[in-house]
Amino acid sequence: MRNTDILIIGGGPAGLAAAVGAYEAGARDILILEREERLGGILKQCIHNGFGLHTFKEELTGPEYAQRFIDKVEAYQIPYQCETMVLDVSPEKVVTCVSRKNGLEHIQAKAVILCMGCRERPRGSLATPGERCPGVYTAGTAQKFTNLEGMMPGKEVVILGSGDIGLIMARRMTFLGAKVHACVELMPFSSGLKRNIVQCLDDFGIPLLLSHTVVDIHGREHLEGVTVAEVGPDLKPIPGTEQYFPCDTLLLSVGLIPENELSEMAGVEIAPSTSGAVVDESLQTSVAGIFSCGNVLHVHDLVDFVSEEATKAGANAWQYVQGSLPESGRKVPVQMGFGVGGIVPQFVSDKAEGNVSFMFRPRNVYRGARVIVELDGTQILSKKTMILAPGEMVNLSIPAEKLQPLADAQAITVRIEVPEA
Amino acid sequence: MYDVIIIGGGVVGCAVARELSRYRCKTLLLEKTNDICNGQSKANTAILHGGYDAKPGTLKAKFNVLGNAMFDRLHEELDVPVQWNTSLVVSFQEDGHPMLEKLLQQGIDNGCRGELRIIDREELRRREPNIGSTACEALLVGAGGIVCPYELTVAYAENAAMNGAEFQRNAEVTEVKKLANGNWLVVSSIGSFETRAVVNAAGVYSDVFNNMVSENKIHIHPRRGEYYILDKKYKNVFHAAMFQLPTKMGKGILIAPTVDGTVLVGPTAEDIEDKQDTRTTAEGLAKALREASKTWEHIPTRGFITTFSGLRSTGDTGDFLLGEAEDAPGFFNCCAIESPGLTSSPAIADWTAKQIAGKLALETNPDFNPIRKSIPKFRELDDAQRAALIAENPDFGKIVCRCETVTEAEIREAIRRPVGALDVDGVKRRTRAGMGRCQAGFCTPRTVEILAEELGISPLEVTKFGGKSYLLDGYLFEEGKNHA
Repeated sequence: MRNTDILIIGGGPAGLAAAVGAYEAGARDILILEREERLGGILKQCIHNGFGLHTFKEELTGPEYAQRFIDKVEAYQIPYQCETMVLDVSPEKVVTCVSRKNGLEHIQAKAVILCMGCRERPRGSLATPGERCPGVYTAGTAQKFTNLEGMMPGKEVVILGSGDIGLIMARRMTFLGAKVHACVELMPFSSGLKRNIVQCLDDFGIPLLLSHTVVDIHGREHLEGVTVAEVGPDLKPIPGTEQYFPCDTLLLSVGLIPENELSEMAGVEIAPSTSGAVVDESLQTSVAGIFSCGNVLHVHDLVDFVSEEATKAGANAWQYVQGSLPESGRKVPVQMGFGVGGIVPQFVSDKAEGNVSFMFRPRNVYRGARVIVELDGTQILSKKTMILAPGEMVNLSIPAEKLQPLADAQAITVRIEVPEA
Repeated sequence: MYDVIIIGGGVVGCAVARELSRYRCKTLLLEKTNDICNGQSKANTAILHGGYDAKPGTLKAKFNVLGNAMFDRLHEELDVPVQWNTSLVVSFQEDGHPMLEKLLQQGIDNGCRGELRIIDREELRRREPNIGSTACEALLVGAGGIVCPYELTVAYAENAAMNGAEFQRNAEVTEVKKLANGNWLVVSSIGSFETRAVVNAAGVYSDVFNNMVSENKIHIHPRRGEYYILDKKYKNVFHAAMFQLPTKMGKGILIAPTVDGTVLVGPTAEDIEDKQDTRTTAEGLAKALREASKTWEHIPTRGFITTFSGLRSTGDTGDFLLGEAEDAPGFFNCCAIESPGLTSSPAIADWTAKQIAGKLALETNPDFNPIRKSIPKFRELDDAQRAALIAENPDFGKIVCRCETVTEAEIREAIRRPVGALDVDGVKRRTRAGMGRCQAGFCTPRTVEILAEELGISPLEVTKFGGKSYLLDGYLFEEGKNHA
């Protein structure tokens, strides 16, 4: 059986940064396994700009951003294996993978970093009624067709959901000569970044229909149109508000699901609020020596934060291999108070050192609200914000010494306080 | 000149083709759409019914019990997944006992094989701890099982083709005429063929063909059923196929594991007129969910991976209509085949083929080989078997569908086999590529490429299910064409 110190599953933005992070912390025996033909993950098809403002202080396209990390991986001579699919991860950190070139292999790792990313929610999971004809794609699949394969799914487009990929594809399809009739969002707010709403919809006069959804899909052999209706506060369609949009393409951008099937095989505990692994502040999962970062841990808004998180996971994995990661002592749970969804990490070890960062998504749109962090009811941080929205993650960094005394603490609570009207 | 022309490439048509290939018989199957298994046979409950449900004395009762008993052999010969996981017919009402007794007696009268008894609340809970709290008791049907309906249909067809039967798809029959010489002329979109006998296995359209040749007019109407499929994460919630006490419209909403590990919830039963209307509806899906939640109280709606609907071929008598039409010698009906049609298919085919063989005085085919091997299912193999396959063919080392672990080798073989896949849905039914939790989001581009390569067509010509169901509209740039 092959052996390696640190095995990284996935060669997308998280996997690349985890490898670089581990290398720069001192690790030398690293292996990246990537299922596609090339490194870069989803960034390969994200040919729009806007990546890297935080990390590199410049605007890069997705492939350019990925290349910065690929260049480092090459420069450090970190081994990677493409077209290699991991089929199993055991709690003992034996990874089973297959490839055309090497057949079926078992690799024993001292630490594993889960970087599998996420997948798009399909139409079936929405149970949208109607015909099951071609012309209905998830936004990412359509993006792959246009940007990597050079083919158009169609010319008359409606987009369901206002996640970032959907917004980006609204602009992309417009550039490619298609007419995007509307972007339809079930919720009263978009789940995408504000800048994408402005730059991808507003700038092209594409209407964003909030509190609307697709209630019927028409066309027997191919999509011919969709019926859109307004929804009430219960998110149920309001009869009488139906309108018909002729279209040959319906793109779905209705949510991303972390791909944790391998994590579950390894016995990693999954948090319902993120659909990702339960981790402590070192990004270690419930299985010792297995770390998780990037979109497989929780769906991020910006790739810069993925890289930052993954770099940390890589460095911590190396510490774990060396036996120098602070022994995780008692774990203090992090609770989600009012307005807070999908918090990471879910636990903080009472031995935490340095800065502890918390990331979460607001559950709604809040203006002029405060983000409060409490330790057993004692406020240790109160941060005023202009506007909070589900589309933008909140990233808090708190020096561990402020989170004291952790030894006997019952809980850390993160909540949002809305000013009284 | 053919001995037999079969109209319709569903489970019954393909099963009849296989049975006829046991004889020296020149058989042609004509299927209107781009693939076999494209109607009722692909969208049903995938259950092997025990045989308690149909009224004693009916064709449904007879062929259900006969067919059910043939599946172990089909499993061996055709390598089709079959699981005898039992069925439970659950009563959720205190006064349901007499109805269960009636079903039990019916099962006994019909000659149901295996265990058949009423189990009390405690045993029901012990067997199925996740059953809804209002469940009172249940009929346990040991002969209840599950099967993969697509692989069964494809296997019948592949085996028939191996043994000499001919298949033509995109071949729509428009007319069936009696000739002066006693033979039949079958007029289709790909030409006219003379044949000694015709098998009408045209599903919801079988009334159209019967009524062309016979004065005994029949009427088949579609009875639509809507379903959900849940992710295989929920495969162990129920072990048996969980029925509710039946109603006049059918066997009610059930929750059943599939042989592929997903969970099926449905079907509704709605009588419609349009023979192509396989839409799902908000009302139907809501109804299925509402009724199913008696069996499973907190169905995790986030676990749904897809919804679909299928059309049952419902006749006016409530029974199958089988056999040679009285006033049209040589024209054999397999009509009104709704549940338990899938279970009955091998027995119906066996009986029909024997009728035809007698009529046409067919000789036995000494070269008939009943064995068909499945495409290797990489996802179900152990590591040593996987390693061996990749060593033999490196395409097994390339996973195309990551949700269902389907390899490039499997997809290529599905296209290359006799009566192979011609479209994306055909690949899906033969390999499960695209049937998993991402519902083909990741694998569609690669599947399109492989289909284009194997069929020698442009990716723009690849369809989801034939006709004009193209997946792509054009190249971004003119030079794309040269590039591709």
